[in-house]
Amino acid sequence: MTQGPLLSITLFAATLLATGVHAEEETRPIGDADSGATLFARHCASCHQVGAGAENRIGPHLNNIFGRKAGEIADYRYSEGLARMGADGLVWTFDTLDPYLENPRALVSRTRMNFAGLDAPEDRADVLAYLRVYSADPANIPEAEPTALPREVDLPPETLEIVGDPAYGEYLSSECTTCHRRDGADEGIPAITGWPEEDFVVAMHAYKRKIRPHPVMQMMAGRLSDEEIAALAAYFAEAE
Amino acid sequence: MTLNRRAFIGTGAAAAASLYAPAVLGQGKPRVLVVGGGAGGATAARYIAKDSDGAIDVTLIEPARSYYTCFFSNLYIGGFREYDSLAHSYDKLASDYGINVVHDWAVGVDRDAKTVALASGASLPYDKLILSPGIDFVDGSVPGWSIDDQDTMPHAYKGGTQAALLKSQVEAMPEGGLYAMVAPPNPYRCPPGPYERVSMVAHLLKAQNPTAKILIVDPKANFSKQALFEEGWQKHYPGMISRIGPDFGGDNVEVNPAEMTVNIDGMVEQVDACNVIPAQQAGRICHEAGLTEGNWAPVSGHTMVSRLDEDVHILGDATDQGDMPKSGYSANSQAKVAAMAIRGALTGATVFPAKFSNTCWSLIDTDDGVKVGATYEATDEKIAKVDGFISDTGEPADLRRQTYEESLGWYSGITTDMFG
Repeated sequence: MTQGPLLSITLFAATLLATGVHAEEETRPIGDADSGATLFARHCASCHQVGAGAENRIGPHLNNIFGRKAGEIADYRYSEGLARMGADGLVWTFDTLDPYLENPRALVSRTRMNFAGLDAPEDRADVLAYLRVYSADPANIPEAEPTALPREVDLPPETLEIVGDPAYGEYLSSECTTCHRRDGADEGIPAITGWPEEDFVVAMHAYKRKIRPHPVMQMMAGRLSDEEIAALAAYFAEAE
Repeated sequence: MTLNRRAFIGTGAAAAASLYAPAVLGQGKPRVLVVGGGAGGATAARYIAKDSDGAIDVTLIEPARSYYTCFFSNLYIGGFREYDSLAHSYDKLASDYGINVVHDWAVGVDRDAKTVALASGASLPYDKLILSPGIDFVDGSVPGWSIDDQDTMPHAYKGGTQAALLKSQVEAMPEGGLYAMVAPPNPYRCPPGPYERVSMVAHLLKAQNPTAKILIVDPKANFSKQALFEEGWQKHYPGMISRIGPDFGGDNVEVNPAEMTVNIDGMVEQVDACNVIPAQQAGRICHEAGLTEGNWAPVSGHTMVSRLDEDVHILGDATDQGDMPKSGYSANSQAKVAAMAIRGALTGATVFPAKFSNTCWSLIDTDDGVKVGATYEATDEKIAKVDGFISDTGEPADLRRQTYEESLGWYSGITTDMFG
C-alpha cells in the first residue's frame, strides 16, 4: 500500500469533523484501509479497478462508489437486476455496500457479480474503508495505480491480437450455455456476457493451463484452440 | 403465421385443422418434426428455430403441457426444491421462437412416407425427424413388478407425479421402517441418479424418522461416484444405508407389491416403501419406427443421425452412441450437434465438427455437492471420451457447497437453454 490513501483517509476524517456533515453517522470507524487493500486485491481486483485511471473491466470501476446511485456509470452495461435497483433508488452507502459484500445476490437478485461474499463483518469493513479512500472527494482520486491484477497468464501478443469471429463464437457458445445463461443472469454459475474480450481470453487461457482451479472449466477450455477462445470472447463480449 | 401458431397452441382441436393445411404453416419451407420435449427435443427444436430465422418449420410433439424435469426430482424428494420449481412451460418456444407445439402422443412413424402418426389420429409430414423420447422400462426385468404396480412401488424415474408419490410414501413410513431401492442394471438414465436418490431419502429420514433404514438391492458390482457416495453416507447417515451387490444376490431379486416384500436371493424382506427402478430401453416410438437394435437406437456421433435412416436423428437417453452417459446434459449437448447438422442439410448452414460434453452434479446432503464430467468427440465408430474429471473424496466443505450452488446455476442454465 502506498502512503497516499492512508494520508487521504486521515484528511477525509478531518474534513468530516470540520464540516460536521452527518458527523455522527459518518465518523463511525469503518475499518482498516490497509487490510482492505489486501482483501480487495484478493477478492475484488480480478473484476474491479479502483484508483487513478481505473476503468470498467468485468465489473465497473469503483471510484466514488460511496454516494453513487447503483447502476449509474453510463458506459458500463449492468445486469438488469442492478439497473432495476438503481432505478428503484438504491444508493451505495456503508449500509447498502455492507450487505452487498456479504452476499451480493441477497441484496440485488440476479446481479452478475459472482462473488460468494465476505462473511466476516470486519473484512467487509476493511474493504469499505479502502474503497472509501477513493470516494473522499470526487475531484481528488488518490494517485495510486489502478488495482487490476497483472494477467494471470503471460500470453504472447499474437495470441491477444487474434481477432475472434463472433459467428464461430456463437456456434461454440452453445457448449457454454448449458450452464452459463446467455441472458447474463447468474443463479449460481457466473455470467460470461459483456466481458472485455481480453479479460475473457486471459481467463480461458488460465483455465486451459490449469492456473484457474475449476475442473469443468479446465476441461472445457482444455480443448479450445487460441482461435476458438478468441471467437468465444468476441461473441460473448457483444452478447445481450 | 405467428397468429396461426398461437391460435393452434391455444385451442388444440380447432387449430388441428391447420396441420392438414401445410400452406398455412408456410408452403415450401422444410419441415422438422421433433418428438419429445425434454432436454434433447426441446433444445433441438429451439436451436433449429432460433438459428434458422424462420427458414425451417419446426413442430414439437410432446404430450405434457408442463414438462417436469427428471433431473433435480431427487432434490425435490429430499426437500431442497419445491415440486412446482421442476415444471416448465412450452409457451416461450411457441411465442418467442415460432415453434408449433403439439400436445399429443406420437404413436408411429412411416419412414417411407415420412410421416408421424399421432394418437389423435392426425398424421404429420417431415423432411427431417428428431426422436428424443427418453426411456421406457424393460418389461419383466424386475420379476414381480410391472408398470401397473407403479402406484405401490414407484419407479419415480421419469419425472412428474411419480416423484411426489415416492416422497409421500417415504414420509408415511412407520418409525424405524425399511425403505428399499431396487437399482437398475447398466445402461440406464442418469448413472448417479439412484444413489443421489438414496442420499435424499436418507436426508429426509434423518430429520423425520432417524431410526429408519435404507436397503439398496443392486445388480451392479460398482456404480457411479461410488467412493463419493459411500464416503458421504458414512459421514451424514452412519448406519442407515446398506447395499446388497451381486456378490450377495443383489442381481437375483423379486418383488411382491401386494405383500410389500422384496425377495433377495431367497431372503424375504418386509418393506415399508419400495422404489423399483427397472432395466431400461429406448422410448417406445424408436421401436415402433424400427430404429432400434436391441434395447437402444444406434446413431452416428457426427450428426446424431440414426444408423438406420438418414432422415431421422435420435437424441439422448434412447440412443446407443458410445461413451456419453444417459443424462439431460448429454441430450442437450447432442441436440445442438443434431440441430446444426439438420440446418446444414436443409438450408446449407455451416456445419462445424461435433463437440459434446457432460457434467452430472449430485447432492449427498445439505451443501455437500459432488460432480463428474467429461468432454467427447465424434469418431466414425462412436462418441468417444476425450477428457474427464470427478470430485475428490475428502474435499473441503466450502468447495462442496460451491459445487451444490453451481448445480443450481446449471439447472437454471439448462432449463433456459431448453425452453428459452
